[in-house]
Amino acid sequence: MGDLLTNLLAGPVPIEAYLGVSLIMFFAGVYGFLSRRSMLMILISIELMLNAADINFVVFNRYLFPGHLEGFYFTLFTIAIAACETAVAIAIIINIYRNLTSVEVGNLDQMKE
Amino acid sequence: MQYTLLILVLPLLSFIVLGLVDSKWKPKVAGTIGTVVLGIITALSYLTAWEYFSMHKIAGVYEKVIPFNTEWLRFTEFLHIDLGILLDPISVMMLVVITTVSFMVNIYSLGYMVNEKGFERYYAFLSLFTFSMLGLVVATNIFQMYIFWELVGVSSFLLIGFYYTKPSAVAAAKKAFIVTRFADLFFLLGILILSFYTKTFDFGQLTSGDASVFSGATGATFLGFSVLSWAMAGIFIGGAGKSAMFPLQIWLPDAMEGPTPVSALIHAATMVVAGVFLVARLFPVYVTYTPEVLHGIAYVGAFTSLFAAVIACVQTDIKRVLAFSTISQIGFMMVALGVSGYGEHEGLGYMASMFHLFTHAMFKALLFLGAGSVIHAVHSNEMNHMGGLRKYMPITNWTFLIACLAIAGIPPFSGFFSKDEILSACYEFSPYMGGVMSFIAGLTAFYMFRLYFNIFWGKEHKHHHTPHESPFAMALPLVFLATVTVFAGWIPFGHFVTSDRANYDIHIEWSVAGMSIAIASVAIALAAIMYRKESEVPKKLATTFAGLHKAASNRFYLDEVYLFITKKIIFNNISRPLAWFDRHVIDATMDGFANTSQWVSVKIKGLQSGQVQQYAYVFLLGTLLITLLVLFI
Amino acid sequence: MADQIIFYILGAIIAIFSVLAVTSKRIIRSATYLLFVLLATAGIYLLLGYNYLFAVQIAVYAGGVMVLFIFAILLTNRPGENVKTELPVRRVAAGLTALAGVAFCGHVIYWNIKKVSTLVAQSDLTPQQLGHTMMGTDKYQYLLPFETISILLLACIVGAIMIARKR
Repeated sequence: MGDLLTNLLAGPVPIEAYLGVSLIMFFAGVYGFLSRRSMLMILISIELMLNAADINFVVFNRYLFPGHLEGFYFTLFTIAIAACETAVAIAIIINIYRNLTSVEVGNLDQMKE
Repeated sequence: MQYTLLILVLPLLSFIVLGLVDSKWKPKVAGTIGTVVLGIITALSYLTAWEYFSMHKIAGVYEKVIPFNTEWLRFTEFLHIDLGILLDPISVMMLVVITTVSFMVNIYSLGYMVNEKGFERYYAFLSLFTFSMLGLVVATNIFQMYIFWELVGVSSFLLIGFYYTKPSAVAAAKKAFIVTRFADLFFLLGILILSFYTKTFDFGQLTSGDASVFSGATGATFLGFSVLSWAMAGIFIGGAGKSAMFPLQIWLPDAMEGPTPVSALIHAATMVVAGVFLVARLFPVYVTYTPEVLHGIAYVGAFTSLFAAVIACVQTDIKRVLAFSTISQIGFMMVALGVSGYGEHEGLGYMASMFHLFTHAMFKALLFLGAGSVIHAVHSNEMNHMGGLRKYMPITNWTFLIACLAIAGIPPFSGFFSKDEILSACYEFSPYMGGVMSFIAGLTAFYMFRLYFNIFWGKEHKHHHTPHESPFAMALPLVFLATVTVFAGWIPFGHFVTSDRANYDIHIEWSVAGMSIAIASVAIALAAIMYRKESEVPKKLATTFAGLHKAASNRFYLDEVYLFITKKIIFNNISRPLAWFDRHVIDATMDGFANTSQWVSVKIKGLQSGQVQQYAYVFLLGTLLITLLVLFI
Repeated sequence: MADQIIFYILGAIIAIFSVLAVTSKRIIRSATYLLFVLLATAGIYLLLGYNYLFAVQIAVYAGGVMVLFIFAILLTNRPGENVKTELPVRRVAAGLTALAGVAFCGHVIYWNIKKVSTLVAQSDLTPQQLGHTMMGTDKYQYLLPFETISILLLACIVGAIMIARKR
C-alpha cells in the first residue's frame, strides 16, 4: 500500500491538477459573483477569479514555456492592477454607502435609463 | 375658338379667389367679382354660339370642334382619360343656357342674399358649380364627364347645405349627395362595361357612327341582355339619379332647403338636366345599339312625370310645387328622348327634348326666382300665408304669369312650341304615350295655375308689414328671363340642334297643338274656378278623395319606404354585422399587433434592469454558448 | 514526491476555502477564508519556483488588499443587523451556471491538455535576471509595462482619494 502510494506520488505534479484547482477557484468566484447580494462579496468573488487566472498563467509558463518569463511577468502586473482596481472599487462602495446607507447591489439600478 | 378655355377657367379662378379670401373683403366685393366673371363668360359663350353656328357647318351638318384636348391619365394603350373641350350643337346650347341662368342667378343673389352670413362662401360655391357644370357639358370623353358629374354633386351638396346650422338643410344635403352617389355607382359600372368592350372613353369615337368601335361587344350577352344594354342602362341610372327620375327623385323636393336662387340654378335649370344631357350625348349609341333601353327610358320618364304631377297638385309649400313640377318636366324631356329615332323626322323627339330643355331652363328659373321674390316679401314658403299679392308686387305678378302660361303650353310663349313638339313625337311613337303625356300636360297647367292663383289672387293674409316689391337686383333677372320666355319659342331650333346635326324645319302639327291648347285652357279654367276667389270646392274635393289626397300630400310614402329599407333592412342586417366585424375582428387584429408588441417590449425591458448580476449572467451564458458553438461546430 | 503532497494540501485548501468563502453567511468569515485562499495561492507560486511572485502575492494581496477589505467591511456593516439571505432561486441558478462552466472547461482541459505538457527542471530565477528583465527595453523586457503600471497606480490613488473624500 505504501508502494502504491509511492508510485502514485512519483513524478511531477500533472498540469491538469493545477488547472483543476484553478478551475474550481474560478467557478467558485463565478458563483459568488452571480448570487451574492452584498457588493463586498462580489468584490471578493472578483478577487477569486483574478487569482485563478493568475495561477493559470503561472502554470502555463512553467509547464509549456520553460525558459520564458512572459506568464510570470503577466501575473506580476495583474496583481498590481488588481490591487488598484480593488482600491478604487472600495472607494466607490464607501461613497455609495454614504449615500444609500446600504451596499446591496440590488439598489443600484438607475443606470438602466 | 381657343377662348372657350376661358369659359371654364374663369369661374374656377373666381371660386379659388373667393374661397381663399372669404370674409376678409366686404361682401359687396365678392358679389361683384362673382357676377362680373359670370357676365364675362356669358358674353364669351354667346360669342362661341354665334361663331359655331354660323361658321362650322360642313355639307349641311355641324361638325364637332375640339379646340382643346390634353391627355391626363393613361390606363392602357387604348384607354386614357383626356381633359378637353368638345363643341357640338348640344354642348354649345348648354353653354348658353348654363351661363345665362347662372348670370341671372348671380345678379339676383346680390339682392336676395344681402345681409346673409356667408355671402362670400355662397358666391364661391356658385362659381364652383358653374365651373363644374360647364366642364360636364363640354367634356370630350365620358370619364371627364364623370369627374365633373361628381364635382357638380359636391357643389350641389355644399349649396343645399348652405344654411348648415339648420338640421333639415344638413339632412337634405346629405340625402341629395347619397342618392346621387348611389346612382353614380351604376353610372361608373356602365362606363366601365362600355369602355371594356369598346376600348375607348372618347365621345367622338363612340358617337361617330363607326360600327367597328362596337365590334368587341357583338354577341356578348349577360343574363339574356347584351352587355351594351347593361352598360347603357347603368349609364342611364346614373343620369336618372341626377335628374330625379323615379325612384331616385326623393332628394329633389328636400333640396329646396337651400336658398331659392340655388334652387333656381341647380335644381331647375342646370344640374337636373345633366341626366337628360347625358342620354342626349350618347344618343347615337342608344338609338343604334340598345333601342330597348331607350324605350325603357321613355316609360320611366312617363311614369315619373305622372307621379310628380299628381303630387304637385296637393302640395302647399310653393317651392315644393315647383320642385315636383321640375321632376315632371324632366320626365317630359326623358320621354321625348326615349321615343325618338335618328335622323330627319324620326329624330323629332331628340330635337324636341333639347328645345324643351332650353325653354324649360328659362321659365323654370324665372318661376323659382319669382317664388324667391314672394318668399322675400312674405318671409314664408307656405301658400296659406299668401294671397292677393298682385297688388303689392306687380313685376313679380306679371313675370310669374308669363312663366305659368309658358309652362302650361299656351301660344305664343316658348313652352307651347317645345311641348307641342314633344307631344307630336309621343303620338308618333304610340297613341297611348301621347294620350298620357297630354293628360300630364293638362295636370301641369292645373297645378301651376293653382299655385299662381293662390299666391297672387284670393283672400289676403294678415302680414306683419305690407309686402313690398323686390329690389332692382332681383327684378332685373325676372324681366330678362320673362323676355326670353316670350320670344324663345320663335327660334328655329331645328336649324341648330337635331339628332344628326343636320337641318330640320319645325312645323307645328295643328291637330296635336290644338288639342293640347284646349286641354290646357280647360285646366286653367278649373284652377281659376277653384282658387281665384275663395271657394269651398278644393276642400270638398279633398274630402271626397281623402285617401288619394293624403297619399299625394305625403308624396306617396316613398320616403318612408326608403327609410324603412335603409334603417330596418340595410342598417340592421348588413351595416351592424359589418361594423361588429370591423370593430372586433379587424380592429382586434390591429390591437393585437400593438398589444403583442407592447407585451414583448415589456418583457425585453426586463433585460435592462440595471442589475449588474443579471448582466453578468447574460454575458457568461453568452460566452459559454459562443465557445460551445465555436468548438463543436 | 514532497511536491505532490504539498500540492495536494494546498489544492485542497484552495478548493475548500474558496467555496466556503462564497457561501458563508457572514462577510467577515468570507474575508478570512479569502485570506487563506490567497496564502495558499502564494504557496503554489512558491512550489512552482517563483519566489518573487510568492513574496509579491503575500505583500500585496494578503497584506494590502485584504486589509482594505477588512476596513471596508467594518466601515459598511452595521453590527447586529439582520443578515439577509439570497433567494434560493438565485442560488440555484448561479450554482447551475457555475457547474455548467466547470463541466465544460473541465472537459476541454482533460480532453486536450495531456498531449502537450512537459516539465523541465529550471534553475532558480536570480534577482539580477529579474531586474534586467523588468527594466530592460529589448524584446521580452518589461520597462514599458512597468512604467505604465506606475501611472495606473498614480491614477488609482488619485481616483480613490477623489471618490471617497468627505464632502
